[in-house]
Amino acid sequence: MSATTTDSRESIFARIREALTNPATPHHRAVHPENVAPESTLKQWLPAVGSTLDEQIALFAENCVALKAEFKACSSLDEAVAHINQLAADNQWTKIATHHSELTDAVASKLSTAIYHADETYDKLVLETCNAGLTGCEALVSQTGSVCITPHASGGRSLSILPPHHIVIARRSQIVADLPATYALIKERYSASGYPSFISFSTGPSRTGDIERILVLGAHGPKRLTVLLIP
Amino acid sequence: MIAPKKLFKRDVVQNTADVPRRAFVRNALRGYEAKRDENKAKFLDWQSARDVASEIKFEGINHLDKYLKQFAQNAEARGTKVFFASTAAQARDYIVNLAREKNVKSIIKSKTMTSEEIHLNDALEKEGFGVVESDLGEFIQQLRKEPPYHFVFPCMHLKRDEISSLFHDKLGSEPTNSPEELTMIARRFLRQKYIQADMGISGANFLVAETGMISITENEGNARLTTSLPKIHVAIVGIEKVLPKLEDLALFLPMLGTAGCGQELTGYNTQIGGPRQPGETDGPEEFHIVLLDNNRTALLADAEQRDALHCIRCGACLNVCPVFKNVGGHTYGTTYAGPIGSVITPHLRGLQDWKHLSGASSLCGACSEACPVKIDIHHHLLQNRRNAAAEKPVWWEKALWIGFAFLMRRPFLYYLMTKAAPFGQFFHPLIKATALDPFLAWTHSRECPASATTTFKDYWKQHKKQKDAASV
Repeated sequence: MSATTTDSRESIFARIREALTNPATPHHRAVHPENVAPESTLKQWLPAVGSTLDEQIALFAENCVALKAEFKACSSLDEAVAHINQLAADNQWTKIATHHSELTDAVASKLSTAIYHADETYDKLVLETCNAGLTGCEALVSQTGSVCITPHASGGRSLSILPPHHIVIARRSQIVADLPATYALIKERYSASGYPSFISFSTGPSRTGDIERILVLGAHGPKRLTVLLIP
Repeated sequence: MIAPKKLFKRDVVQNTADVPRRAFVRNALRGYEAKRDENKAKFLDWQSARDVASEIKFEGINHLDKYLKQFAQNAEARGTKVFFASTAAQARDYIVNLAREKNVKSIIKSKTMTSEEIHLNDALEKEGFGVVESDLGEFIQQLRKEPPYHFVFPCMHLKRDEISSLFHDKLGSEPTNSPEELTMIARRFLRQKYIQADMGISGANFLVAETGMISITENEGNARLTTSLPKIHVAIVGIEKVLPKLEDLALFLPMLGTAGCGQELTGYNTQIGGPRQPGETDGPEEFHIVLLDNNRTALLADAEQRDALHCIRCGACLNVCPVFKNVGGHTYGTTYAGPIGSVITPHLRGLQDWKHLSGASSLCGACSEACPVKIDIHHHLLQNRRNAAAEKPVWWEKALWIGFAFLMRRPFLYYLMTKAAPFGQFFHPLIKATALDPFLAWTHSRECPASATTTFKDYWKQHKKQKDAASV
């Protein structure tokens, strides 16, 4: 806490309480009360998602195309490894960064490119020179084509944003229908033990439209995003 | 200092005359409009989603004390430092002092309108701290020493060749007319800044009370880098950004993406709930959240316009506003431009100084229709006009109404005037659009409709006479 600046917590709360003694004009409320009935769910209004896993995977794949992300459903871990090796050969990669986890370890041990483990005491200067970041994920969101990332599932905050190519490896069972279901999953996993300090949804590669509203990929984060799904 | 109203009038005249720029801005918005409608159509029910979003915000704002307290408690429990600032000066002082105490050398920023509101960059630079904006649009605006033109699309008014020559002048890059190459020039330049920076400053789109997290919506990944690499992260956020529950984001993130950028979800939506926690690989050692009032509680006290605090700063109302499209973002002279800016600025910065913004509206209601949280924007503009007139009546307006009432109550005088009008108009061209013209405010840019040569009374008399003659 900065000693020279005084906190206005109490005076702000006093002003808020004073302001709220006057109830808001009724027209500020929603016009259709049935929309906000306790039994209503956000799913009712959000974009539709199919109920079977196959439909959800198909929608995720469709979203990836629209987002200019690469999606591949692999029949085995080895097929995923081969795909990454091919990417490495095509783009002359020299170093792939990753973190320790069951899935990423299994993949990394079979890759033909040098591996940099961005765990614990990694050097951000070295991480910046890696050609790709390979991570796991908390979930894949079918509705939006997003990859949900947390430190528990995907390594540190920088691993998935600093290297120019982000590769995600996930199991079919990690597909989640929509955003409400993803937040429910996060709550279920972490509300008791403590939330991670960081939860992020990566939806396609980094992008910008700041110049003449023309889409450019790779503004600051990864220029490419590859999602590999294994059984 | 020139009065805001005078400045506004001067800039309106200047900027509306720039017809090619107006066409360019309208054209830039066309792609957004198509994508926005496409993504709105993906929602099972967009209108009901707006109702629900407005209801959630209503709950948050009307129990702001409860949710802010909950937010602060939950954030502090995870090691986050929460600072409440009543004024812009307090917020600036806190951040400047923090940078000084921690011996900060270089600061990287991701887009935050709240920091524009408190002029944070000026304060930091005055104290000798180097600050670099990392959002591409904000970076361009910073190089131009110009505030953002729009609070979601900061440099939407600029053409690629203008950006190319700016980069050439300031960064020494080769001229190019490819948006991709221009983006890569900025990427290469800013990469090093991220690595060097020891303080990252961000804003936040939402505060989640239930978990004490902030949520940041962006496309470029610059906010992720800003909040990951430096050892200190400071977020500056308005107190009105609260959402009660974590799952509320499942609705607000896609609504913000759709209304703001025409995307179902923007590139990166990140929730941050503390500094690096035990067992985590990286992240800042310190995380500070500065919660800013700066007269938001004054707007909260206005029960009639309180819902203006529901605003999620998506910019949808700007994008559909005929006034914004013609006068442009800088003409408003405020941090928050467009219809919502015209509503809230009089509350944040003084009604009498900023009431003219509420006058600059066609009251078409396109803004209220576009708003994803259903703020009654165009009625609030009318209320600002009413409140301003009630608080400080304009003497000549009052005199005009007294004169008008006097005339209207005396049919003979009124009749004389209607008879005299065509004569007056006959001589009007002699003084039209000159300083002598009593209707100058209207005629300097518009035609005056010709008044009828026959009054309705005379017409009716004539008509009846003819009818009577015919029926005989």
